[in-house]
Amino acid sequence: MFYREAGEFKTSYEDDQATFPIAFDRWRYYVIVALAFLVVPFLINPYWEQAIFLPFFVFAMAALGLNILTGYCGQVSLGTGGFMAVGAYACYKLMTGFEWMPMPVIVLLSGVCAAGVGILFGLPSLRIKGFYLAVATLAAQFFLIWMFNKFPWFYNYSATGQINAPERSFMGVLVTGPNTSPWATYLFCLSFVFIFAWVARNLTRGRIGRSWMAIRDMDIAAEIIGVNPLMAKLSAFAISSFYIGMAGAMYFAIWKGAAEGTEAFSIEISFLVLFMVILGGLGSIFGSLVGAAFLTLLPVLFKNILVGQFDWPTDIAAHLEIILIGGLIIFFLIKEPHGIAALTRIIKEKLRLWPFPH
Amino acid sequence: MRLTKLAFVAATAIGLTAPAAMADLVFPALSYRTGPYAPNGIPFADGYADYLTLVNERDGGIGGEKTRLLECETEYNTTKGVECYEATKGEGALVYQPLSTGITYQLIPKATADGIPIHSMGYGRTSAANGKVFEWVFNYPGTYWDAASIIVKYIMNQEGGKDLNGEKIALVYHNSAYGKEPIRTLEELSKKHGFELLLLPVDHPGQEQKATWLQIRKERPDYVVMWGWGVMNQVAIREAASIRFPMDKFIGVWWSASENDVLPAGEAADGYKAIAMHGVGMDFPVYSDLKTHVYDKGLSAGAGDQHGTVLYNRGMLAAMLAVEAARTAQGIHGTAKITPAMMRDGMENLEITDEKLEALGLKDFVPTFTVSCANHGVPGLGAIQQWNAKDKTWKIISPFIAADRDVVDPLIEEDSAAYAAEAGITPRACE
Repeated sequence: MFYREAGEFKTSYEDDQATFPIAFDRWRYYVIVALAFLVVPFLINPYWEQAIFLPFFVFAMAALGLNILTGYCGQVSLGTGGFMAVGAYACYKLMTGFEWMPMPVIVLLSGVCAAGVGILFGLPSLRIKGFYLAVATLAAQFFLIWMFNKFPWFYNYSATGQINAPERSFMGVLVTGPNTSPWATYLFCLSFVFIFAWVARNLTRGRIGRSWMAIRDMDIAAEIIGVNPLMAKLSAFAISSFYIGMAGAMYFAIWKGAAEGTEAFSIEISFLVLFMVILGGLGSIFGSLVGAAFLTLLPVLFKNILVGQFDWPTDIAAHLEIILIGGLIIFFLIKEPHGIAALTRIIKEKLRLWPFPH
Repeated sequence: MRLTKLAFVAATAIGLTAPAAMADLVFPALSYRTGPYAPNGIPFADGYADYLTLVNERDGGIGGEKTRLLECETEYNTTKGVECYEATKGEGALVYQPLSTGITYQLIPKATADGIPIHSMGYGRTSAANGKVFEWVFNYPGTYWDAASIIVKYIMNQEGGKDLNGEKIALVYHNSAYGKEPIRTLEELSKKHGFELLLLPVDHPGQEQKATWLQIRKERPDYVVMWGWGVMNQVAIREAASIRFPMDKFIGVWWSASENDVLPAGEAADGYKAIAMHGVGMDFPVYSDLKTHVYDKGLSAGAGDQHGTVLYNRGMLAAMLAVEAARTAQGIHGTAKITPAMMRDGMENLEITDEKLEALGLKDFVPTFTVSCANHGVPGLGAIQQWNAKDKTWKIISPFIAADRDVVDPLIEEDSAAYAAEAGITPRACE
């Protein structure tokens, strides 16, 4: 009914290797991209911007980064919050130090800074694996946050240790600070997520991605067939931290406008992003996006339904929200341990065959 | 299938959109009744809500216009706080009480751009006291820097009114924007009065302080000053008791001054001191009004078990100041239906006099003050309250003390000028 594949023939290897080999999927993807770029910017209001789209984009970016490391390369990391902090503080120092620098360049450079730090903390991964590596990255989380809190140079000696994003514009349009228009920040973050999701998808299909997956599936075997574990693991750490650093920069500069290291980049953020990746689907670009959407939007949705529509007391609603989200996470993980991405893949396969069972 | 999917999308869209606007005078409350800071958040939220209910029930609103409380749960979390702000600002919110220094910092630029006043009562950004730069932000009746200076003055009084040469004061603080606020003032004061300052940060949420208090036992400071919040306060007071630190030399800021903080330590907390910005207890005529119009009608907010606690009183004070500012605004603009911009004018011209307080049943509850265009942080007075563990009551033990303006004002000037330069604000003239 949905998938009518009659008459779809693939005549070249490119067709066969396409991200969306089925015409229906491809068109749906084009429609969503067109909606996101051409329609939403005209409809968006500050609430949708601040509470829904920007958190989604920021966490989608972070989840993409962590998915490269954990989902594709198999290295568990609990340092996401710390790497986001590197991105945010790098962004702050660049914004205040080089006022002429265009905002996209700043975000990219923040990612590069985070990538450098990521490589440094990725070094232990050559010797330690699994839970032990998780503990080593946990050390990164605590060390980085401590460092940003300890040395006043990072927050320009402000009295409170807060960092505030000054106003910056890009191509004549304000993208940071309180006076931005919702569509500007929306398009800025959307472009970044769109481009880098595309990059990530193509990286994971190519040689680097295949070497990551070889390391993930069995590192000794990968080494025997000629994958260099040093290059594979460190490149995964670098690229993953690059994404996470950009997420941190957008989190601080575009979305929040101010941040406080200890609160904004705490261990809870690391866990949150890890849950997004696990829930969405390890080793799946689509999974990163769905996982980010699931964990950023559902709390807002429940809150608005319970308090806004049913007028419940806020404390009961807040507690119920935690219970509901916890329940949903357990439900999804029982139904499909490989995440929502795997669930949609199964549904799609069923739908392609439907109404015939075989 | 398609229909259910569509219905689901529609339901989601409705659910994510903030509810539509209504008339009335809207007072949003960014409260936190859950999370690690809930024991402190609940009494404040209840006090704020009950006073607004009282105004509706007893007076039929402000100038005939009913008030509407819009509560939004933040869990003391900055992200949720900003979400609450965005969700409620469209409903004609008159004034925001962010009730968290972190959220205040986030909202200052946003609310300034949107033209909605913020009242960060005794918290938030201290330099917002400079109304020339911070047109939309108010922090009367006092700031953290006032509090720090008042505490040091009180310590000097205790030590016989002389300088504190050779004395050592430790600051135990919540390692966040909130806790770091007083450091700059205390550093200035330590230069001026010659005491040694020992900085001891405690990380969120502050359940683990063994190392901090071990250090205090080692360094033996003469006084310990605390900038804590939530569970951190209780733990600190218990730890202080366990190392037998003299309680009357342990002074908390006004956010480390509630019953919740001292009760868990039991008898050991006896004599603990804290700074107070308003009166304590239920010995005010307003409570009999609250009883007839709110409690007895079953309209109490929350569980109704917080009446008369320090933070309940503080919530009530916040609501009272908001209501009086709204009344002032109505007077200035000659209309009962005020906008956030009019509310700002009301706050800037707010006058709290003895006659007003007496009429409200709050005689001697707070010192009198007059807000002005240039000074949004008046009067900057604080008294010292002490805990009596036997009666389980707080008692005010000092008169209201003024902060050392020679130290605080230049700091405010400097910090607000830095903000103005950073944010590109030209300070107002304020003739």
